Amino acid sequence: METPIARVRGLGSAKSGAHHWWLERLTSVALLVLFVWFIASVLRLPDLSYGTVREWLADPLAAVPMLLLVAVSFWHGKMGMQVVIEDYVHEAGSKAFAITLLNFFTVAGAGLAVFAILKIAFSVTTGTPAPGA
Amino acid sequence: MHRNPSRPLSPHLSIWKWGPHMLVSILHRVTGGGLTVVGSIALVWWLVAAASGAEAYETFQSWATSWIGIVVGVGLSWAFFQHTVSGLRHLVMDIGAGFELRTNKFWANMTIVISLLLTALFWFLIVVAKG
Repeated sequence: METPIARVRGLGSAKSGAHHWWLERLTSVALLVLFVWFIASVLRLPDLSYGTVREWLADPLAAVPMLLLVAVSFWHGKMGMQVVIEDYVHEAGSKAFAITLLNFFTVAGAGLAVFAILKIAFSVTTGTPAPGA
Repeated sequence: MHRNPSRPLSPHLSIWKWGPHMLVSILHRVTGGGLTVVGSIALVWWLVAAASGAEAYETFQSWATSWIGIVVGVGLSWAFFQHTVSGLRHLVMDIGAGFELRTNKFWANMTIVISLLLTALFWFLIVVAKG
């Protein structure tokens, strides 16, 4: 009873457009930095074999930027795809379905990638073994 | 009907004359969509394979180095560079610059040229470095 009827019916502004727009730009600048690092790092690796990639990701200075890259990439992609869906899918049911699917895809993909990086970072030991090992 | 070509066309989707700015605009969305879907899947597959063991990583590598993997890889790298360069153009336009017709058209065309050059450079470096 206290909610204006226009908001109940999903009409008018959700009052979050400017924030969404700003975060899209902010994440894009972050991704520019992260991907320059990523491309430079991958090109500098001697090869992309199993051992090389795992040893590289075991370094905190590779694992952490990689975690940030994954998080920000999925975040930026989710925001961009949401705008595309909202622009082209007009039927309320299909739109809700598409946006739900997008959210599931984003969280599942980012979750898998983050877990994989952490697993490598915490399991590969390089250099001298720890005392007592 | 005779039309004076120097006059602007009425704003309607089917009457607009296509220009590079329109192509770059829709390419920004297409490449963004492609990167979000195909790029995410490739990145997650690579990382999960590296976390799962040598055998899983070998399966990933045999796909990545097959002709289908190379086509997808070249496509993704081009989509990445196109989206990035076009995104930089958007950041410039966000501060209100680069809207003059000539400048706008020039940089729209340049995003296509620069992204193709960066894609070529990227794969040149890979082929040179990795043999």
